[in-house]
Amino acid sequence: MTTSSTGTQPAQNVGSGLADSDFAIDARQTTTLGEAWQAYLNRLRGGDMGALPATLGLVVLFVVFGSLSDTFLTALNIANLITQAGAICVLAMALIPVLLLGDIDLSAGVAGAVGAAVAALAIDDHGLPWYVAVVGALVVGMVLGAFIGALVAKLGIPSFVVTLAFFLALQGVLLKMIGQGGSVRVADPVLRGITIKNVPVTVGWIVAVAVVVLFAALALLRHRAQVRRGLAHQPLSLIVVKIAGLAVVVLGLTALLNVDRSRNPNFPIQGVPYVLLVVGALLVLFTFLLSRTRYGRHVYAVGGNREAARRAGINVDRIRISVFVICTSTAAISGIIAASYAGKVSPSSGGGNTLLYAVGAAVIGGTSLFGGKGKARDGVIGGVVIATIANGLGLLNQASWINYVVTGGVLLLAASVDALSRRRRSASGVS
Amino acid sequence: MTTTPLLELRGINKSFGAVHVLHDVDFAVYPGQVTALVGDNGAGKSTLVKTIAGIYSADTGQRYFEGEPVDIHGPRDAADLGIEVVYQDLALCDNLDIVENMFLGRELMKGPQLDEATMEARARETLASLSVRTVKSVRQSVASLSGGQRQTVAIAKSVLWNSKVVLLDEPTAALGVAQTRQVLDLVRRLADQGLGVVLISHNMVDVFEVADRITTLYLGRVAADVATKDVTNTQVVELITAGRSGDLGLASV
Ligand SMILES: Nc1ncnc2c1ncn2[C@@H]1O[C@H](COP(=O)(O)OP(=O)(O)OP(=O)(O)O)[C@@H](O)[C@H]1O
Ligand SMILES: [Mg+2]
Repeated sequence: MTTSSTGTQPAQNVGSGLADSDFAIDARQTTTLGEAWQAYLNRLRGGDMGALPATLGLVVLFVVFGSLSDTFLTALNIANLITQAGAICVLAMALIPVLLLGDIDLSAGVAGAVGAAVAALAIDDHGLPWYVAVVGALVVGMVLGAFIGALVAKLGIPSFVVTLAFFLALQGVLLKMIGQGGSVRVADPVLRGITIKNVPVTVGWIVAVAVVVLFAALALLRHRAQVRRGLAHQPLSLIVVKIAGLAVVVLGLTALLNVDRSRNPNFPIQGVPYVLLVVGALLVLFTFLLSRTRYGRHVYAVGGNREAARRAGINVDRIRISVFVICTSTAAISGIIAASYAGKVSPSSGGGNTLLYAVGAAVIGGTSLFGGKGKARDGVIGGVVIATIANGLGLLNQASWINYVVTGGVLLLAASVDALSRRRRSASGVS
Repeated sequence: MTTTPLLELRGINKSFGAVHVLHDVDFAVYPGQVTALVGDNGAGKSTLVKTIAGIYSADTGQRYFEGEPVDIHGPRDAADLGIEVVYQDLALCDNLDIVENMFLGRELMKGPQLDEATMEARARETLASLSVRTVKSVRQSVASLSGGQRQTVAIAKSVLWNSKVVLLDEPTAALGVAQTRQVLDLVRRLADQGLGVVLISHNMVDVFEVADRITTLYLGRVAADVATKDVTNTQVVELITAGRSGDLGLASV
């Protein structure tokens, strides 16, 4: 191919001086907190709900369970809740890129369990160190994902069908690996420690403060650069509010988890569970990938308008394959967290409702199944909602049928919010 | 014509299954000139544009860029050559904002991160130069724009890059009077800067105002390729509707 580089650099002069610069009046900032609040309300009215419904739902759940149960808001239970939510949060996050394309991966739960089984067997049967086992699980996830993605993108089989087939077949693979009625135990201190051990108190504080400081520094630097270059930006007061909000949540949670929560004074339990760090790190990674990189931009583009993305020169097939690779390998991490929590991998791991709960979590968090709309944090917020329902109803000694019904109801509510805001958006001309 | 065409197509054929849409099409775009591509609905104008852009692959035929034979296998290849297209069925992502759409596929980077600041500034400059009056913010999602505003974003996207050839498929179809004026001025100005511009339009007044050459398509065949000053409005309309006009046009239709 003959190429010349001229087409790849943005022109500086083509448009300049074309006409009087009427565009200069466009809004670059909302100057006050009040205006920003008004703009936010307008966005809500326009149907762009973001994380609001799930966050409100979470607050309601906390208030209800907190008032009905004496133990719900104790440090011990909050720590339990966090370890219970870990696997589903990660699995839901894994699904977000797939859902952004309007696809689905029904096999992610089982594929994650296969990855966990590979890791557990590598340690138990072959005596490999935990990090080799984890890399092995990730590689298995990537290969499975590449296979699924290729079938979806290259052969054009709907992802629903491909991943349903993998959901069924991988359960067989898991059964073959582990054996009928058997299970592989997860005794490795590091892997088991993800969910049963806690970060030392001082380290927990250092990490928490570092997270807040880093977030604040990045947000303020970004704001300063935007103001200096005359770009669209949020008012400083709003950014300060956001930083304060994050600080309250992160430092508050750390403070709560760093007090001794043991019932037995001889065996103190204190510190942030390691799983929270894993989920937090993945959240940062996924958020960066989806919102700050070229790759992430292309994922949204393909999900929003595949033909437009193709015309913009984006390799649509490669993007479609890659999201399944990301999904299945991240699902393997989720499988390892679940195995760590259960202390074992069994033939039924990752099956049953595991995947559907994760899809539900993503939808509750605000991700649309129609593609193009969603964020990494949706998986975490939605995952916490689902785990909170199970945890809270468990404390209230409710029969498990109520758990299913309530979870189903919440999912339906979230889907209705999505559908209604969708209608709102089309009525107000926003996608 | 003595100058080498910037872009030239020879003997292009294109079928969709059994439907033969383009028949032995020869088409040339010259630097510094506006070439109008006209023809009735379904004549094959958009198909020709998409074949040039690499969205469709031609069944047979050869393409030349600045006299050199080139292969265009995809939109990327066309963009790398400096060919920009404003599609009739606008290729914008509703879930992305204006800046994101304008730089889609060619995002500016700062290390591993998107360089949002520079992209936003460039997008704003370009839109300002197109006299976009009514857009609230460049960070607005494209879904919230009117048809004409979307059209303007698509056009702005094509002039953002230092392109050599710009193809506009009915760019003024959805525009109001003032915006149409802006686009026609822009078309002329791009050509005056030495670019090769292709304008597809059903509006003969516009065509005669800005075009240097007129290529008429009739049922997927080139009926005539003439200098604007050598033909009249009536002749072009006859070429469009009947494929011939006097001694111009296809021999036997
Ligand atoms: N993807 C496709 N598959 C099959 N047939 C197609 C496809 N695209 C276009 N055609 C056919 O090719 C012919 C030319 O279509 P094209 O869109 O190029 O016309 P046009 O000249 O741009 O018309 P208009 O002025 O209405 O935009 C039409 O008969 C159309 O039905
Ligand atoms: Mg057309």
